Amino acid sequence: MRLKCPLCGERDRREFYYVGDAIALDRPTPDAGDVAWDDYIHNRDNLAGVTRDLWYHESGCSAWLVVTRNTVTHEVLSTALASDVKRGAAK
Amino acid sequence: MRFSGLRVIKEGLSGNKGWTPHWRNPEPKSEYDAIIIGGGGHGLSTAYYLAKNHGMTNIAVLEKGYIGGGNVGRNTTIVRANYFLPGNSEFYSHSLKLWEGLEKDLNYNVMHSQRGQIALFHSDGQRDAAVRRGNAIRNQGDDVELLSREDVQRLLPYLDYEQARFPIYGGLLQKRAGTARHDAVAWGYARGADQRGVDIIQNCEVTGIDIENGAVKGVQTTRGAICAKKVGIVVAGRSGQVAALAGMRLPIESHVLQAFVTEGLKPCIDHVVSFGMGHFYISQSDKGGLVFGGDLDFYASYAARGNLPMVEHVMEAGMTLMPMIGKAKLLRSWGGIMDMTPDGSPIIDKTDTKGLFIDCGWCYGGFKAVPGSGYSFAHLMATDTHHESAAKFRLDRFRTGVGLMDEEGTGAQHNLH
Repeated sequence: MRLKCPLCGERDRREFYYVGDAIALDRPTPDAGDVAWDDYIHNRDNLAGVTRDLWYHESGCSAWLVVTRNTVTHEVLSTALASDVKRGAAK
Repeated sequence: MRFSGLRVIKEGLSGNKGWTPHWRNPEPKSEYDAIIIGGGGHGLSTAYYLAKNHGMTNIAVLEKGYIGGGNVGRNTTIVRANYFLPGNSEFYSHSLKLWEGLEKDLNYNVMHSQRGQIALFHSDGQRDAAVRRGNAIRNQGDDVELLSREDVQRLLPYLDYEQARFPIYGGLLQKRAGTARHDAVAWGYARGADQRGVDIIQNCEVTGIDIENGAVKGVQTTRGAICAKKVGIVVAGRSGQVAALAGMRLPIESHVLQAFVTEGLKPCIDHVVSFGMGHFYISQSDKGGLVFGGDLDFYASYAARGNLPMVEHVMEAGMTLMPMIGKAKLLRSWGGIMDMTPDGSPIIDKTDTKGLFIDCGWCYGGFKAVPGSGYSFAHLMATDTHHESAAKFRLDRFRTGVGLMDEEGTGAQHNLH
């Protein structure tokens, strides 16, 4: 598997650390309650198909990426800087 | 049909014409007392113990593929009971006791071999941790012995005792641990359940779970609708999808774990050897192949195959531990889909829907749990109360933070186990 870092170009999977579902971009407010926080920290859609996860370019530029990827075929569909995705979502 | 030595001889002398299929291939009925979704090891053992211990024989096991085609036929077959934390400790202890009586119970040769498992340690600190774990295992009533470096050298002369990075300080030996023939476990439980009247229905995928007024009514399948007031979901890596049919989101992320087997060799590895520092473990099958594996690939996947970086890592770990392995030719590698929970421990519990139960989250350790999981899940489905050996595998522990069982002490968070 190779991932295309928007800053560094296409790089080997070993340069990246997988963090998990991109739900981490939607952190609940501190007083959102235990159900919301349980959903955020533990519960997952866990889709067999196209998912969005967060990867950290640990051995590269240290950027956080949102990777859109197929969990059945391992095909990588697109990558974007997490900061851009977050900014786009805020607009 | 009962198996016995006499029967084998008789069949051998008469052309092996008297053997019959191990289970029927029935059409699904329109209604059962209980339905088990998933005909893997855990689902089949659940059906077996529902019939045997609780007299529930009007039940069906629905399997999307074929019996033995999922994780029960794709694992590295290790059976042990060397857990540290309360919750896990009593469960695996119970499961190992069931293993020890399994072949007689099922009248089926599952080739359970208590050849012993040795978990190596490589520093003073690790030795202290091993002693502590060993004491916990003994407190639970199971066997374990602390081995010195010399003890390990006598038992495992083929390890590299000269390497500087992970010098071998000793090991923790559980003699009652070992391996079993994984397919035979599935077949034995399927046969035992079938003999007690359970319908095992293959090529039957569940496509919907019918719920009315908060209670389960039955399931929709590729072979028609089937009614039941009790439904158990036991589908390992596919737990997320099946639970979604009932509107649930689970604390589970499905990951790929790879395993490897070499060409058949003469007997050379007599035990199960775990090299935790290299995320590597190995045993030798009765056919002679060296069966070994490592860690997860560490990204969510349903592909049932892994990537090359982890293959390289596992081979490096193997070469570090036992350089002789470099002479063996790798025959096959494959991947299984692991239902990973945040704390690395399983779930056997009721759900918010009346009559709907779930057994999942076995991470990469489900094989040894097959008897214990089925036994306690059957108890829960039949009596609506938790079996004492599995009382702590609760679904709500993640929300409340009470009763988390994080054996590795890395935190109850995805991607850390």
